[in-house]
Order: sequence, then structure tokens, then C-alpha cells
Amino acid sequence: MERHLLSGNEAIARGAYEAGAKVCSAYPGTPSTEVFENLAQYRDDLYCEWAPNEKVATEVAYGASIGGVRSLCAMKHVGVNVAADPIFTATYNGVGKGFVIVSADDPGMHSSQNEQDNRYYAKFAKMAMVEPSDSQECLDFMKEAYRISEEFDLPVLFRTTTRVAHSKSLVTFGEREEQPVIPYQRRTEKFVSSPAAAYLHHPELEEKLRRLEAYGRTCPLNRMEMKGSKVGVITASIAYQYAKDVFPEDTSFLKLGLTYPLPMDLIREFASQVEKLYVVEELEPFMEEQIRSAGIPCQGKELIGNLYELNPQLLRERLFGIKPETVDVGVEAVSRPPALCPGCPHRGFFYTMSKNKNFVIAGDIGCYTLGSAAPLNAMDSCVCMGGGFSVAMGLAKAFEATGQTEKKVFGVVGDSTFFHSGMTGAAEIVYNKGHMIPVVLDNSITGMTGHQDNPGSGYTLQGDVAEAIRIEDVLRSYGYENIFIVDPQDLTAMQKAVDDALASTVPAAIIARRPCLLIKRIHHDTGLCVVDKDKCIGCKKCLKVGCPAVMIQDGKSHIDPTQCVGCTVCAQVCPVGAITRKEN
Amino acid sequence: MVGVGGQGAILTAKVLVAGLMQAGYDVKMSEVHGMSQRGGSVSTQVHWGDKVYSPVIGPGAADIVVAFEKMEAVRYANFLKPGGVAVINDYEMPSSTVAAGLCQYPQGCLEAMQSHFKCYTLNAAQIALDLGSAKCMNIVLFGAMTRALHMDDIDWESVIRDTVPPKFLELNLKAFRAGRDAAQ
Repeated sequence: MERHLLSGNEAIARGAYEAGAKVCSAYPGTPSTEVFENLAQYRDDLYCEWAPNEKVATEVAYGASIGGVRSLCAMKHVGVNVAADPIFTATYNGVGKGFVIVSADDPGMHSSQNEQDNRYYAKFAKMAMVEPSDSQECLDFMKEAYRISEEFDLPVLFRTTTRVAHSKSLVTFGEREEQPVIPYQRRTEKFVSSPAAAYLHHPELEEKLRRLEAYGRTCPLNRMEMKGSKVGVITASIAYQYAKDVFPEDTSFLKLGLTYPLPMDLIREFASQVEKLYVVEELEPFMEEQIRSAGIPCQGKELIGNLYELNPQLLRERLFGIKPETVDVGVEAVSRPPALCPGCPHRGFFYTMSKNKNFVIAGDIGCYTLGSAAPLNAMDSCVCMGGGFSVAMGLAKAFEATGQTEKKVFGVVGDSTFFHSGMTGAAEIVYNKGHMIPVVLDNSITGMTGHQDNPGSGYTLQGDVAEAIRIEDVLRSYGYENIFIVDPQDLTAMQKAVDDALASTVPAAIIARRPCLLIKRIHHDTGLCVVDKDKCIGCKKCLKVGCPAVMIQDGKSHIDPTQCVGCTVCAQVCPVGAITRKEN
Repeated sequence: MVGVGGQGAILTAKVLVAGLMQAGYDVKMSEVHGMSQRGGSVSTQVHWGDKVYSPVIGPGAADIVVAFEKMEAVRYANFLKPGGVAVINDYEMPSSTVAAGLCQYPQGCLEAMQSHFKCYTLNAAQIALDLGSAKCMNIVLFGAMTRALHMDDIDWESVIRDTVPPKFLELNLKAFRAGRDAAQ
């Protein structure tokens, strides 16, 4: 049988396809993004889309489930916070056809603002949870997840972590099984969640969970690997792989794939067959707490800890005190943090912001979070998607209430973030008279997650052309009378837009618009900037723009020709005109 | 495989994995996407054997490290087992912190590695430029790595034929051979 090397995300896409999923909606977010990027190849058999945000994606997928087709939504862990509202009621109502929600958690925060453990959402919202530990399981478990969703009338949280989602392992494919079409019928009592209906749904939900817990005893996703009676390990997800590397051959395992509700009878039976029981899990003691409260003695978090991601060497050290032998070569690498790319359109905006110490800037999630890094240092806060506008509003109101009128507040979001949840903040600012300037950094793509389309980009996930929604039209309709649309790479124009917006007596907003240089379908006018070493006075002003291509060599400015794209931002700040652009 | 976002470590790992799969190994590969790709330090791990559980390893567990940039070799040196092998690109990319004058690029990276590990050092950037394209630097390093791995039962050239687009095949084969020769 042919084997394919697939990431967990690619395998999830394949699994959903084989399971006969029909309608799929997601918002991109690392480490979940590739699930939907890979679903798009199956466009002849299923519909998939990028939604403006995770709540919308979840509602679309749930609506499709009510409509009688298997549906999927996917998001990163913090995306589930956005989608929590529909999820918590979908569990009360139950599903039409199978409904699976992929949550990709990010222990270690490779690309996230926190490392929340989304397994608690399964318990909190009262839904089934399935956790694969490698790519083959990602594919196989997806099919079982749909079956569970339909048999127990529950949404299923399909929870992965970065190392499950982004690690590649060998996978064998199956065939797609089309699902029979269910003729639609209105079911008011089930899907209209009025208080009276919810009152009846809650006990039904508790009963579904009891049945599901009982099913967990025989569920094929949960398996005992009995090797000896001395030590037993209960584990799930990627921690299973780490534990298999760490514990001796004669260790018995209870490897769980259906992890909420936990199959407590099965756990009790396993525990009774071993002398010492460990629970090995990443992040919080989700399983351990429940197992302990069922009166089963076990050991786990007091040794392993709940911070960051694990690996086999770390686990061995924490459990058994065996430190890996490493070599200290005696030379230390300096930090290499991510930075705005050479030619990034955000650079001109943040450079302009960095020049005024009275500017207070609420940032947001995206490439432009890097505007906070040295030497730009042009950000005061970054909380969550869409928070750039509304956190700025709070800052502006606080300064207004305390008479700190010298502070000028800017709220910054990207184009994808604007459609995600910036629009509500924009309405808040204009309606409740915020003394602040909302700024949209419009690079015409969802950048940090790897270039997904959004309602402003003019294309859909399936590659079709769509009518782009114009950000200025949205803002104008809200009541922003002065909208300054500016190329942020033109520093003079950028400065003027900021000055004009601050001077405006009517509601004003700025759209800093230039497409990301990495967008492949656009022709970019690139070139190369060079330094005239005779003119350069070594003042280092060009370093202030924070471009990875600009550096000092022998006291003079130097531009790395392999990195420079000729954006000229450094040339514009040079006081003696020593930097010029050569055309390619 | 360690380096700087955008250097092509992931593609190189894919060629390696294709060869290992042909040879019948169980293989797992781990990479990280997202924020770190924007000019940050990146690492891709490949783990193979008869049966592989964890796709990732921690410090002190790697048999071989391939560094696409020499400071990155030092950064990840603690992942190597004592007595491990390092293939190092003698190529310097200042980090944004160095470029901004906030700190100095460390001196003596190669010497430090050479005094602790068996090292294959080559200037893959220059070799690639001499071949006509800086973009094949990763395959030059891959060639050097296959020498260091001593897995000569795998026909790496045919693996390259199967994995790179025909347009770039000749260049990549030249790059592969040049890398192998440079790692003598």
C-alpha cells in the first residue's frame, strides 16, 4: 500500500474528505492553517472557504450540519475563544449531520500569544473530544469523530497541538465515502435554542455524555497496550509518542484517543492492573485532575510541570532525573528574533510612529506585531484579534478622563483583522466619539499565517475571483468623514497622513495601503539600494528603520544585496543622500 | 537542520525524507511555521529508524546537525550528542539585532564547533553562486550532508530527480555533487 508523508494538518484534510465532509469553513491561524489550504484540492467534492473569523466559520459549519451534511471548521486555539458562543449552544442543541471543530493548540507558543489548553473547552462546553497523536491517526480519527458526532448527537472537538499538526509521518489513504443526503425538515424544538428548549436540552446533554463515557470503554480510539504490571502510563496526543520513547519496554500504556468524556471505567481497570500509574500530558493536568478526583492514585504534573511543550529528553529528565548529556561549545549565539521583512510595507508606518514619544499605539495580531520590536519600538499593547481598535479606544478614554491630552492614540489592525473583528471596534470608536485614530495596515493578504485570502483580497479559498470589500467604503458608511489612504513606503506622505488625521475636526481614519511583497500573483517593482561610502557619514540613522538588510560595516552603512528589495525607506531617512536605488 | 527562515531547510528535509522512505525507514519530520519564519531562527528535525515514535528530539539527542548559517550551528550545538557530526555552512547572516547595532555577531563559531564535534565545513553560498544561483545553496548543503551520513546505499541523485522540478534539475544535481565533493 502506498504511503504518503503528510503533516497532521494535511492528514486531517484528507480524513475530512474521506469521511464525506461537504461544507467546511475556517479562519487561518497557526498551527491550524494547512488543514484548509489542503482541503481546497478536493473542491470537486466539497465546499470550503475562509470565513472572516472563527465565530463565523463555526456558525457556517454548524448551519451546514443542521442542513444535513457533514461539516468542518478549524482554527487555532485562541480562535476557539472567538467561536465559543455558538459552540456552547451547539452542544445543547446537538447536531444535524456530523459536526467537527478542529482546535490546533500551540504549547510553547511558537506562533501565539498564549498556550491555553483547549481540552478544557470540551469539558466546559460539554462536547466530545478526540485527540490524534500522529498523521495516520489524524486521518483515521476524523472518520470516527464524524461517527461519534452523529451517534451521540454532539459536536466533536478535534484537538491537535503544533507537533501533531506540523509534524509529518507516514499515512495510508482510504477512499471517500459519500454520505446519503437527508431531506431537510424544520426541527424547531431542536435547533431554536429558546430558554424553554435549553431547559430540556441540558438534561439530554448530560445523558448523551454518560452514554459517550460508557462508549469510551470499547471505542477503538482508546487502547490498552499491556506489557507488564509494574508501571502503567495513561497518555494521549503527542505526549504518547514522547512517553513511548522514554518509558522502558515493559511499561503498559492506556493510549486514549477519545479524551472527553474520559472513560473512567477503562481507566480504573487499567489502573488496577499496574503497581504504579503515571499520567503523561502536555500543559495542564486535564486528565490527571479527573482521574484523581475519581479516587485513582496517579502521578504526573508534580514531576512534569505545566509549562511549554515537552520532548522525550525533557520528559526523561523530569520523570526520572536523567539529564541529557550535552556539549557547551563556549560561544554563544545572539538572539535572532523574527523581524519585518526587507521591503515590508508596515515598516514605513511604524518608523513614522516611532518618531513621536507622545504617540500611544495599540497593536494587534499579525506580522505588524513586529512593529513592537527594536529599533522601531512602536507599540504599547497587543492583546487579541481586533483588539487594536477597541483597546486603543479604552486608552483614549482613560487619557481623556485624566486630562492627559498630549497623548495621541492610534489603534492599528491589518486588513484581514479588520474584517475579522476590527469592524466592530471601528463602529465603537466613531459612535462613542473616541479621540483617537484607527489605522488599517492594508497589505492585501493575511500575511503571518502564510498568505490566505480575505474579504478584502478579491479571491476565495477555492481560487475563485470575488468582489473585494473596500475598507474605505466600510469606514465611510460608519461615519468616518476623513479617510487618508496612503502608501506607507512614502515616508513624507505617511507623515502628512498622520498629521492631517490628528488635525481633523471630523472622525478620521488612515488606511496605509501597499501589498505584501510576498504575494506571488502581483508584479512587484523591486530594485536594489546601494550606499555611496564616500557620502555616508556613519550616523546610523538608516538603522532606525529596522531593516534586516541594512547594517554597519567598518563604520559605514552597508546594504546586503541578497536581502534588499529596493523599497528606499532607508534612503528616505538618510540625511546626506548616501543611499540610492538602482533599478533591476 | 537549522538556519534562518527562508533559507530552504524545509525543502532540503523533504529530499532527505524521500530518500529515507525509499530505503524503507519509518520517518517523522517536524517543522514550525508562522511567526518564526520572518527572518527568525528556524529548525527542522528529521527522525528515522525501524519504528519512530516522537517526531521531535530535545537537547543531547541529535546524531547530526546541518547548519545553514554558522551562528545557528552554535545556537543548536546543545542538541548534538557528544561526538556528534555537524555539517556547517561557512556563511554569516547577521540577525536583525546585529544589523541594528544592538549586539555583535559572535566570533569563532566554526572553531568552537570544530573543537567539539566532527565537522564538515563548506562555503555553500559561494559554491551555489559559482554554479549560477544562490538558490541552490540548500542542495549544496544536502550533498555535503549525504557524505556525512554515510548512507551510500541510497541513490540520492535519483531522489533529487524525483523531487525537484525538471527546470532546476541540472542545477540541483550539480549543486548536490559540488556539495558532496566539498565535504571530502
